[in-house]
Amino acid sequence: MSVLVEARGLVQQYTTGKPLFGQASTVRAVNGIDLAVQEGEILGIVGESGSGKSTLGRMLLGLETPFAGKVLYHGQPMPAPRTEHWRRLRAQMQLIFQDPLAALDRRMTIARQIAEPLEIHDRAKGPELAERVAGLMARVGLRRDQADRYPHELSGGQRQRVVIARALATNPRFLVCDEPVSALDVSIQAQVVNLLRDLQEQDGLTMVFISHDLKVVRNICDRVAVMYLGRVVEEAPSDRNFADPRHPYTQALVSSIPQAGQGLEGRIILHGEPPNPAARPSGCAFHPRCRLADAACAATVPELETHGGRLAACLKLPAAARQAA
Amino acid sequence: MSFVSIRDLRVAFDGVQVLHGIDLDIGKGETVGLVGESGCGKSVTWLAALGLLPGKAQISGSVTIEGQELIGARPAEVEAVRGARIAMIFQDPSSSLNPVHRVGRQIGESLRLHRGLRGAAARNEAVRLLDMVGIPSAATRIDLYPHEFSGGQCQRIMIAMALAGQPDLLIADEPTTALDATIQAQILDLLSSIRRETGMAMVLISHDLGAVSAVCDRAAVMYAGRIVEANDIARLFTGPKHPYTRGLFDAIPEMDAGRARLRPIEGTVPDPKHLPPGCAFAPRCPRASGFCQSHLPELKPQVRGGFVACFHPEATRAAARERQAAVA
Ligand SMILES: Nc1ncnc2c1ncn2[C@@H]1O[C@H](COP(=O)(O)OP(=O)(O)OP(=O)(O)O)[C@@H](O)[C@H]1O
Ligand SMILES: Nc1ncnc2c1ncn2[C@@H]1O[C@H](COP(=O)(O)OP(=O)(O)OP(=O)(O)O)[C@@H](O)[C@H]1O
Ligand code: SF4
Ligand SMILES: [Mg+2]
Ligand SMILES: [Mg+2]
Repeated sequence: MSVLVEARGLVQQYTTGKPLFGQASTVRAVNGIDLAVQEGEILGIVGESGSGKSTLGRMLLGLETPFAGKVLYHGQPMPAPRTEHWRRLRAQMQLIFQDPLAALDRRMTIARQIAEPLEIHDRAKGPELAERVAGLMARVGLRRDQADRYPHELSGGQRQRVVIARALATNPRFLVCDEPVSALDVSIQAQVVNLLRDLQEQDGLTMVFISHDLKVVRNICDRVAVMYLGRVVEEAPSDRNFADPRHPYTQALVSSIPQAGQGLEGRIILHGEPPNPAARPSGCAFHPRCRLADAACAATVPELETHGGRLAACLKLPAAARQAA
Repeated sequence: MSFVSIRDLRVAFDGVQVLHGIDLDIGKGETVGLVGESGCGKSVTWLAALGLLPGKAQISGSVTIEGQELIGARPAEVEAVRGARIAMIFQDPSSSLNPVHRVGRQIGESLRLHRGLRGAAARNEAVRLLDMVGIPSAATRIDLYPHEFSGGQCQRIMIAMALAGQPDLLIADEPTTALDATIQAQILDLLSSIRRETGMAMVLISHDLGAVSAVCDRAAVMYAGRIVEANDIARLFTGPKHPYTRGLFDAIPEMDAGRARLRPIEGTVPDPKHLPPGCAFAPRCPRASGFCQSHLPELKPQVRGGFVACFHPEATRAAARERQAAVA
């Protein structure tokens, strides 16, 4: 397998004005990320709200220029947004996000919306266009009779299928799915997850899958990167990450997954303030909430290093491993 | 005797019926889960019971609290119950915390209204409540505005507000849905410990079956405006009888099943305007017969406990054995 998308030393920061004090402050949403997405794999990104997952996803697609570091696609630097070269690459990369209604035009039938990218990129016309649209609809499990419906006439899961069909129109190689099933009911969620899985298995699509739902991530992803305050704190094959997490934050995260019939026992309850990128703690950003933290953790930023078959960034990995055992 | 009793509760909006006769009892100190797909009527059930639906809603049936009827009661009577005896944490947090008032003042308002506390007494109690729900340095942060707290903390403040009237029953409508997994765990932990300490009853509305199973004694499963199955948690989880309940469980990815393909419930929930004539689940049901298409199953008590509305329920023993085999 070869690397399709690679992030090197990615940093993103935003300047936010404080109207009351007339003072601008900068927020580091992503604070130094190295990642490689292999061709044909699904890489999961999980982590606390505000940890920079969506920001990372947008940079991987070249929708945002990083403040520092770079993104390589097929080993080549990502062209600057909105240039001609970027537009051509964009057809190969698509974003699917949480709210399908926001991604769709309420006044257009779903067939028109799926046809639109084909027309824009001049991929098909006339009867061939209609055929391609029908093929895409069948691919995502929409019925032919639904072609003339409007988005509000479909269920959430069906709308998300329309969004996916539209994203697939230009034959992309790489999808960033940002919370694609979070707004859907469990029964419908499973339909969409299976569809994404088929796209990987049958069409060899490469994906970055961002989600709060750890059970879904466990199910669909080959590998998982766990983020905390703009950095990756653990990265491992999905099985290993969930069966034997080593970073104390991952351990808390995994233990918090509610399991049917298991009650609340054995959960690691985190205390203290949730992370805030505007007030990043010194040293390991997780130290104020970590049960293993000591003075060293407040002073030194841990680097990602190989540990028991995964990458983890924690100064107390041997202790964390004992806790896990 | 049950504390709150709902009988044949029906609700329609603009002539479209969305609740088709709900029967539900909540005992003192009990925790009951209410689960089901979006739009099945979980929130409307309790909003109707507490007189919180807009005027255009047509409501019939009965909701009694220790024998006192709430449906059709004078607004002042319902208001006296709401907050003081039954409190609700709303699904949409922005609807219950007022962004322009300091949180201390909002909790103080509840304390004045329901417990007659004022001044220093109210302030001390507000600090105690914020402390109890785990807001760090409550005494110094009581005068902050909602936007100065994180999402998880706002959820805690809403819980504190709901607890201010020392209710006998707390209705928590999706209290953790918008929160991170680790914060969800904190809130569920908090709700269970408050319940243990105060003996308060609780209804947990959620589409997270894992969360419901973790904190509830019993649960009712709703589909298209009806309860289709109700049972104690252990029985419901080890042997779901209604095909919809079974489908819901099967659709959840299992943590230890690796990358096994998920098993969705095919199709979608029916439009309340065009409900199927028979069992509302029939078009999606793997067990449906011709009879199910034209006849409506009633919610019936089962020999081995629980209630099910289905003509062809799952065989509990076999289902349990199959599930065990799948785990082993
Ligand atoms: N355009 C922007 N301007 C200013 N700040 C931003 C912007 N986009 C993101 N942020 C900030 O950067 C941080 C990371 O945001 P991001 O949306 O990437 O997080 P996330 O991990 O996707 O969170 P969630 O799980 O809530 O979606 C947050 O603190 C957010 O407020
Ligand atoms: N104010 C209203 N006016 C008209 N229809 C309404 C109103 N409130 C709810 N409904 C309808 O009543 C039905 C039940 O809604 P309800 O909010 O109880 O669903 P729910 O089970 O709580 O779903 P969710 O999981 O999405 O919160 C839905 O079809 C909804 O569209
Ligand atoms: S009554 Fe029939 S259609 Fe309805 S759930 Fe039972 S078997 Fe399925
Ligand atoms: Mg995001
Ligand atoms: Mg609701």
